[in-house]
Parts: sequence; C-alpha cells; structure tokens
Amino acid sequence: MPIKHPNLKLNRMTDAVPAWSGDIAPDDLYAICQQVREGGGRLVALWGSDARIEKNCFMLHVTLMTESGLICLNVKLSAVQPVYPDISRIFPAANRMQRAAYDMLGLYAQEGHDHRKWLRHASWHSGSFPLRKDFDGSSHLNAPHPNPLPPAGEGANVHSPAENGIQTLDDYAFVQVEGQGVHEIPVGPVHAGIIEPGHFRFSIIGERVLRLEERLGYVHKGTEKRFESMSLQQGAKLVGRVSGDSTVAYAWAYAMAAESIANIAPTKRALWLRALLLERERVANHLGDLGYLGNDVALAFGFAQFWILKEQVLRNNAKLFGHRYLMDKIVPGGGSANISAEGKRIIEEECAMLQREVSILRGIYDEHAGLQDRFISTGTVTPKLADQLGLCGLAGRASAQAWDARVQFPCAPYDKLDVRMATYRNGDVAARAIVRFDELFESLRLQREILANMIYEEGEPTPLEKLPANGFGIGMVEGWRGEVMVAIHTDGEGKLARVHPHDPSWQNWPLLEHAIIDNIVPDFPLINKSFNLSYSGQDL
Amino acid sequence: MYQILKQIIKTGIKTETPPQADEAMRPVEQRLQQSILDAFGGALAIRMVDAGSCNGCELEIHAVNNAYYNIEGLGIKFVASPRHADLLLVTGPVSRHMEIALKRTYDATPEPKLVVAIGDCACDGGIFGESYASCGKISNVIPVDVVVQGCPPTPVAILQGILTAISK
Repeated sequence: MPIKHPNLKLNRMTDAVPAWSGDIAPDDLYAICQQVREGGGRLVALWGSDARIEKNCFMLHVTLMTESGLICLNVKLSAVQPVYPDISRIFPAANRMQRAAYDMLGLYAQEGHDHRKWLRHASWHSGSFPLRKDFDGSSHLNAPHPNPLPPAGEGANVHSPAENGIQTLDDYAFVQVEGQGVHEIPVGPVHAGIIEPGHFRFSIIGERVLRLEERLGYVHKGTEKRFESMSLQQGAKLVGRVSGDSTVAYAWAYAMAAESIANIAPTKRALWLRALLLERERVANHLGDLGYLGNDVALAFGFAQFWILKEQVLRNNAKLFGHRYLMDKIVPGGGSANISAEGKRIIEEECAMLQREVSILRGIYDEHAGLQDRFISTGTVTPKLADQLGLCGLAGRASAQAWDARVQFPCAPYDKLDVRMATYRNGDVAARAIVRFDELFESLRLQREILANMIYEEGEPTPLEKLPANGFGIGMVEGWRGEVMVAIHTDGEGKLARVHPHDPSWQNWPLLEHAIIDNIVPDFPLINKSFNLSYSGQDL
Repeated sequence: MYQILKQIIKTGIKTETPPQADEAMRPVEQRLQQSILDAFGGALAIRMVDAGSCNGCELEIHAVNNAYYNIEGLGIKFVASPRHADLLLVTGPVSRHMEIALKRTYDATPEPKLVVAIGDCACDGGIFGESYASCGKISNVIPVDVVVQGCPPTPVAILQGILTAISK
C-alpha cells in the first residue's frame, strides 16, 4: 500500500503497472496530496469526467506517483457546484491541468491563484463545457453567447469580450513586466520553422529574457470529445494521433488501460513486439532531435548526418512493419505487427550500424568547440527547481530527476530487460543532449535483447472488441519524451465514456518558461528544441 | 574538422531522383500562367503552417529536407515568413483556434500564391473531422490547389504534391 490516510481505502487495480485507486471526498484531497508530496511523490495527471447520469455527480481524477506505484484518486464533486481544493500549491504542475478541467468540464479549483482559461480560446463560450455529456460536440457553436456575464470561474482580471463564435479573437491576460527598457516580443502561433503552433510572449531587456509566458491551446481539436462517439478499436487509431511522434507510447498506454479494465493479458509475444516498437520510436525521435540540436547551433553537418540515420530507421520500419512511424501497430488485446527471421536480421544490422555511426557523431559533437559553447550552461533547470515544479521524462532525467517508468514500474516485458536509466545533473541543453545519446545507445541494447528473447511462435492475438461496463483503467508507458498516461472510463454499456490521454509535456512546458530566464532570445529555439515538447499532446 | 570531412566523404551522396508531378493530386485547375510557373520552378519559397495537426505530418515534412529527398537541391526552400513565400504547405485539420491565424497567414502571402494541403486530416478532416473545435479540411478555410493524402503522407508524396502545384 503506497500511502495511508484514515479516509482513503485503496484498491489494487488489475494493471500492468502497480496502481491503486480510491474514492475520496473533496475535503481530503489536499491532505492526501500533501502526504504524497512529502513522501517524494509526484503528480502525473489531473482530469475530470461527467458522471451526472450514472451517479449524479462530477468526478475529478488525480493520478499521483509514489515510489511503490500509482495512486488514482477519484473525487466525487457536486453536480450543481463542482468545486474542489486547489492542489497547485503542492504540485505547481497542477495549475494548467486544473484550468483545463475548468475549460472542459467546469470543475473549479477553489482558492487557486490563477483561474485564467487555458485550453479555451474563443471557439466556445465561457459557461459552456465541451466534455459535459449535454454538450453537442458535433457542430460549431455560432450562436450568440447564452450567458453574457462570465461565470465565477473566470478570473476577475480577465475581460470577456462580446463573444460570438470564431470571429472573436482570443482574449488572454498575459502577465506584463514593467520597467525602463523592458519590451515584449510576441511570437506565434504560426512559428518560423516547421513546428506546431503556440504563442510565446517574451519580456526582454536588450537581448536578455526576463520572462517568457506560454499561451497554448491552438491545436485543440476536440480529441477527448471525439473518443466519446468511438468504439474501442476506433479509439486506438485516434489515441495514436494525440501526438504523432509518440504514437507507439500512446497506443500501448491505451491498450494497457483497456486490458486492465477487461482484466486480460496480451500474449507474451505481443508484449515483446510492443517494447521493440517503443524502443524504435525512441531511437527515431532521439536521432531527429540530435540532428536538430546541431542544426540550431549552425552545425548543418549534424542535421544532415543524423537525419540520414533517422531515415534509415524509418525505412526499416516501413519495410518490416508497414508504417514509417509505426502507427496503428498496437491495438487493445494485442498488436498487428509481426517480425520474421529476416526482420530480426535487418534490425540487428541496423543496431550495429547506428552504434558505430552515432559513436562517431557523438565524438564530433563532444569535440566541437562551437557546439559545446552553445550547449553548455544554456537553458539550465537546476535539480532543485526540477523537483519543485515536477519536471519529468527525458528533460527531468537531465536535471537529476531519476524517474523512468521502465525502471521503477517495469511492466512486461521490461521486467526482464533491466533497463539502465540515463541521468545527468547539469540540466542544460548539453545535459539533455547527453541523456538523448545515452538513451539512444541503451535502446539499441534493448532492441537486441528483445530480439534475442522474443517468442517467435505463438497464436495470433485476438483484438479486444468490447469492455466491461462501468470500468476504469489506466495505462502508463515511458515514451521517448516521458511518461505517457491514458485513462479509460466506460459507461453502463461498456462504451468509451471518457478517455483522457496525458502527455508529459503538461509537466514540462512550465519549466521551459524557467529555463529561458536570463538567456538571450536567439538561444530560445535551441532551448526549446532541447525539450522538444508536444503541442498537440497537451492541447488535445 | 578532419573527422567531419572524413564522415562527409564516407557518407557520400544519398540524394534520390525526385518524383514526377501527379495530376491526380490536383482537385482544381492550375490557376497560374506558365510564365509564373517557370519562375517558381527555378526557386520556390514555402511557408509551412501547422493548422492543427498531430505533428505526424510535420515529421515527414522535416524528412523532405533530409539528404535522401534533398528538397533544397530542387531550388525549393522553407522560409520563415508568409511574406517571403510563394506556396503554403498546410497540415491540419484546421482547429477553430487556428482558423484566424491560418486566414491571416494566407492573406499575408503575396499573390500569385499556391496552397498544398498535406495529410488526410488536411484533405478531408481525417479522424478528427468537423466539430466544436475543428473546422475540418483546409479548403473549408482557404482555397487549396493540391491535396496530398496519407497519414502521414510519405516524403515522396509530399515532394510530388509540391512539384504538382508548380507544374502545368
């Protein structure tokens, strides 16, 4: 049992990772979160659901991570006035998740210090909540605002314009920095490179950044609402497109959640294949990022070389599994990928080639004075700050946050692989590059080990078609960026009532605001790339 | 420096032959005159706009820049502002939150201009469709000259789409 509290009764979930769930009242939330935090725990995700039809209430769900496993708290909130105590004072990362829970469902964090909207811009009205069951998500809301006064949940300092659908511009109260010589640079949502859209507001003096404020939500495309009308297998396709670069991690976490509800275990072979695909996804992304990190410090050679290697991995993916990014290869119940003896040989050759080439390139990066000068001490997140604010995943490990789900909670087949975690203390761009190199080599080792241990003969897995009624399951997988979590709630008929995919970018975006402080504006693209966070995964 | 040069020589030239234009990708008639297309053919500037994609299409647009597809070798390059662009490469579905930004980017692009929609979501709304948060396909928001299907489309298909847009 991970924690003890008089009003908390935890039940072990039938999950591939150690997880417990428990129902609590809103009044106990704060104390339990505090206890977890004091024990060194972290916040993984916070989301809400509309249970007014079955239970006449709203639910708030909070997943916490402790050393012994995950704790899923289900907090019952009033159907009329869904309020709960703010936990962002304990877990600062909760701030944006709480604001999103208000935008999507109208769940209000009492005594929170920041109630500005987060995912909502101007395409739906404040006062209507897309994830409520009585919200018609299919059509565009062109009607005039039903309620001209902003509800209590909107911050007092947020001025609400006359909203009439999309013609209204987003209105958002950025924090202003004042003083002699301070000025602002607004960037985005359409960025100068080939990247996802988001808005960055820099307050600068000369070239030095005093403050960065992010405004995301531009790629909010109603993903969570979309799940409500989907079958389990259709949902598997959609979850693979929450963040295209992490499609394997999402598909696996979703399958894990579904299999937990159905209380079935996929075949051993399917699990080995999932791990193989996940490590291949990690390798491809790390190669791409290492190339771009070189490119961002004007070493075009790095981009050219790493992207040649990445292309070879992608081509092998297409040849062996039928998709360059491995989309739709993992489904609840099993997977549609397969590997032959020939495929095994191709991957082994590829691993040997990458081992050789990346070692050479790492040597060149290490020796390149211009590159190291730009990497070292740029965009630093100290271990202390990382711990305070909950930095996770790859960026967290570069700032001494030693969490890796493959190591702490090794679900099959990682329990047989003994993953070596890569950590570093410096927390700068150089550290995030080093962690990428180390993880890349470890993934090559893991792929070889997976191929050696893989069970080659076994019956075809049967895809899971239907889930039991009123189920709740979570899945968590260490994707290349960090821990990806997917929660599934089913309704009285076993259909998808609510699916919440959680990207590690939720935790890490706020740290980027800190990493840039006191750096110069031209270093922002480099620092941003060293985190390489997802917009689509957080905007949903 | 020696290591870098050695690696470059060892790597050799990876660039492959570019694909031919494919008229099937063009849902509308070519709007531009031959003389303009000839000028584009020599040096085309592209502004890429993610109007709401999952980032899958962006991965393949990055790949078009790698040594195998070497789009810059064809005189085509990605630029940082729509004001410098001849062609917009748009991925989507267009989220409602990006609708205005996409329209403004289109308006900021000088005439004559072309639009290529990249990916299933950009072509027909894809798995996200139209909803309270999504406008669906790109042509619901701005005029589109060429569509490139795929989830995500391969770099060859993307290259083919771009070459189709500037072919007569």
